[in-house]
Amino acid sequence: MHIDKDLVAALATPLVLTILAEGESYGYAILKRVRELSDGELEWTDGMLYPLLHRLRRLGYVTTEWRTSPEGRRRRYYAIADDGRAALAEQQRQWVTVARALRDVWEGDDLLPFALARG
Amino acid sequence: MERLELEIAEWRGFVGQGSTVNGRDVEELEAHLRDQIADLVAAGLAADEAILVAVKRMGGLDELSREFAREHSGRLWKQIVLSGGDEQPQPDSRWVEALVFAVATAITVQVARLTAGFPSDESLWLFRNLSLLVLPFLAGYFARRRGLASRRCLLTAAPFAIAAFVINLYPYGDQASTELLVITHMPVVLWFVVAYPYMNGVVRSYERRMDFVRFTGEWFIYYVLIALGGGVLMGLTAGILEPAGIDAERVIEWVVLPGAAGGVIVAAWLVESKQRVVENMAPVLTMVFTPLFAVMLIIAALVYAFTGLRGAFDRELLSVFDLLMVVVLGLVLYGMSARDPSQGPGWMDRIQLVAVVSALVLDLMVLGAMLARIGELGFTPNRTAALGLNLLLLVNLAGTAWLSARFLTGRSTFHRLERWQTTYLPVFALWAATVVVILPPLFGFN
Repeated sequence: MHIDKDLVAALATPLVLTILAEGESYGYAILKRVRELSDGELEWTDGMLYPLLHRLRRLGYVTTEWRTSPEGRRRRYYAIADDGRAALAEQQRQWVTVARALRDVWEGDDLLPFALARG
Repeated sequence: MERLELEIAEWRGFVGQGSTVNGRDVEELEAHLRDQIADLVAAGLAADEAILVAVKRMGGLDELSREFAREHSGRLWKQIVLSGGDEQPQPDSRWVEALVFAVATAITVQVARLTAGFPSDESLWLFRNLSLLVLPFLAGYFARRRGLASRRCLLTAAPFAIAAFVINLYPYGDQASTELLVITHMPVVLWFVVAYPYMNGVVRSYERRMDFVRFTGEWFIYYVLIALGGGVLMGLTAGILEPAGIDAERVIEWVVLPGAAGGVIVAAWLVESKQRVVENMAPVLTMVFTPLFAVMLIIAALVYAFTGLRGAFDRELLSVFDLLMVVVLGLVLYGMSARDPSQGPGWMDRIQLVAVVSALVLDLMVLGAMLARIGELGFTPNRTAALGLNLLLLVNLAGTAWLSARFLTGRSTFHRLERWQTTYLPVFALWAATVVVILPPLFGFN
């Protein structure tokens, strides 16, 4: 299944914040976790993750720190901040509302086949 | 393995070439690339295959640097050379365009000067209208450069037209202080109008606002340099022509005002096209002057705290204080715009906080003295304008001090501070417009 580009872009922030809410992480691991969570359906160009992470840092949603990993590799670790948790809660509220609205419409009065047939 | 290292080094070179992805970010991307390669090799791919796949997954370099540039607009500012982007700079015709605008400005001002008979006649008319003769050209220059849509061009022209009507139809009295206030506040109002075409009409964007602040600071630096050069040129001209029996003063009369007007456009063009030059200089200048101003402000605050200031507060000193506050705020704003927002708090931020707090203390003292004076003698146009400016500065500096203290103690982000300043900018514009439009009728044009 191919997921629309705009939808992926909208999803990126809450997804990354959710992953960081599980515990601090670094770029490559975050991306691996994204693939894991979406069973590989959600693919985005690796490099694009970093401008997003930097934006979250500028907004104060995450804090960063350079550390050397156990394998001896220098990595920038990202951890969620209080502002990030607040933003995540807000995003969560919005997504739940959106998902519920769509589900209600689609599962409701069997309107979907009708709409599709007309469209 | 050696080959792998070579390939990674080459890739790193490519990424680092663009000015939007800086050293730390390249390092971060490289770590990512290496992790990816290691995983692919572990999954059974050969090293050269692994690097191909990893680089491909990383994404196209153009796309990547554009995405980085969007996030780090301060870096984009450094050099807009994003290949494949929508706008390509056309260096050839650009300076001609600037020259045309500069010459047109100079001619307009020259004609106005001759009409007003300046300097043989004292002409307040000329000074009232001077910014109105110059800044529309600057706005037009930006409108042309940005390819502003025609509806937005009209929106840019409207404030100029309104301003022209207002300041020329108001019947100012003889020696009216409101007229002097108009002369000092008009350029500020119109400068904010220039911001509109400069930002290509996107006035709500905080990033664009910060760009305009940066532009203002750099424009100022260039303008001062041009003015210094012009001064030397005038001095030498006088020295050369005087012995030949030519009246150098008349030459200078003819050249100075139009030259200063044309310089406005030239400085703007320099900021736009010779970005790299001033970019190296500007952070150094703020780094030198912020501590010096901090020291000066502390001393001033201490001196006035001890000696008291009631007696010393005459009108001139008040305007010097107002000017000082404006300069401090300018320095803070410019320092902010030149700073990399992703960096953590450093010693420069501490010094800046010291400067802001001392300015705040001074401002409070000035305000006290001013209120006492108004209580004794009542409102005059000058006192009202000064009081308004002081209150605006007080609120701004207090907000700045509070937010930067929070930033320094790690309880807030630099982003908040930046946001505060860019949100505040329109307040200054509104106040200056109020002084120009509302104060004169309020005080009966006196």
